[in-house]
Amino acid sequence: MSFDYGLLIKYAPQLLEGFKLTLLTWLGGSAIAVVLGFALACVLAGGNGALRAPIRCYVEFFRGTPLLVQLFVAYYGGPNIGITLDAVTVGVFGLGFYGAAYFAEIFRAGFASIPRGQIDAARSFGIPRWGRVYYIILPQMLVLVVPPGITLLVILLKDTAILSIITVPELTFEVTGMTIETFAFVEPFAVLAVFYWLVTELVSYLGRRAELRLGAYLR
Amino acid sequence: MAHMYHLPPTVTILLIGAATTLAVSIIGNALGLIIAIAICVMRLSLNRAMRLAGAAYVSFFRGVPLLVQLLIIYYFLPTIGFDLPPFFAAVIGLGLCTAAYQAENLRGGFLIIPSGQAEAARAFGYTRGQTLRRILIPQALRAAAPALINEMILILKASSLVSVVGVADLTREAQNIVARDLQPIKWYLFAALIYLVINLILARLGVSVEKRLNVGYGATAI
Repeated sequence: MSFDYGLLIKYAPQLLEGFKLTLLTWLGGSAIAVVLGFALACVLAGGNGALRAPIRCYVEFFRGTPLLVQLFVAYYGGPNIGITLDAVTVGVFGLGFYGAAYFAEIFRAGFASIPRGQIDAARSFGIPRWGRVYYIILPQMLVLVVPPGITLLVILLKDTAILSIITVPELTFEVTGMTIETFAFVEPFAVLAVFYWLVTELVSYLGRRAELRLGAYLR
Repeated sequence: MAHMYHLPPTVTILLIGAATTLAVSIIGNALGLIIAIAICVMRLSLNRAMRLAGAAYVSFFRGVPLLVQLLIIYYFLPTIGFDLPPFFAAVIGLGLCTAAYQAENLRGGFLIIPSGQAEAARAFGYTRGQTLRRILIPQALRAAAPALINEMILILKASSLVSVVGVADLTREAQNIVARDLQPIKWYLFAALIYLVINLILARLGVSVEKRLNVGYGATAI
């Protein structure tokens, strides 16, 4: 069995489209996950008791059930309750809501790491709430939050492959289609595995650089 | 199964699917732990080639989505003459993937053991194998236990992907039922609930295992 490069060139347009969609769903899902996760953690840290229980339930549900099943509920169940969305939208938001539960936990640990006395001191200096978060909490919290955050972003990147199951035409979907059309298995899957491997290694590398920069004040 | 007599057949089917999910996850995890110990020993080896091979394994299996690994095992292996039943393909896929994560957890466990212990064991005439088996591995497992149980929860959820390669697990059975009675919200949420309950039990179990393993460690009244 020899490696057929011609096959890859023939399918290059589809593969490129799939690659673009993999990156787009990842970036979109990650953005939703970070923002929503941060918002949830802020609410938890804000000390409003009434909102704590629903947020805990949200986090437990999305962390305790498989992403695939969550996607099935939204994509196949949505139309039954009048929410008909296309696969890409479900994919991006599904990835976002799933990641948000994990990010909420990461940010919560970040908030919890700031000594109470610092907040009290900042308050007594008259620093407003947003200033306390932006100038006092965030810089210290980021050092703690970035390493698990990067790990989670890499996990979300790999989880975009799951979106292929609800027919989001990202890279894994295109490659699976290619194997079905051509009965060639070696080339497509080799490309697919190497692609994900390279991109996840690249993201991890950039993440380590970011960690060093953010932690610079500690050295 | 007399006690299942009163359950609707659909629920019984889902519960059987859940049993398959548990079986795939548990066997995959056990296989993963065995491979992980080997990979971890490679990564901590004095031989440079061994270390590199171990690192490459971890990097690859952590860098490629599990779904892609499963597709490769399921579609690609038969073309080179390995025709595996879906259940075994799934178990091997999960095992190979989780091994990379477990090996890293174990490595963390090994690294916190003071190097003096291995030297002391040497001084007492322990062979390298005995040192590993009797001194190092038990302590590394203890240190890595929380992370390993967490990995078990992740694998249980990730096992939903084996539905794609034809294993009749919880997710697949829910799909089959939905295909017949067209009530996706009900059955997928029900399946989600079963995953949730199993995971909450696993998390509880994790806490109690950690407590047991930590007997004799940590803060005591002086």
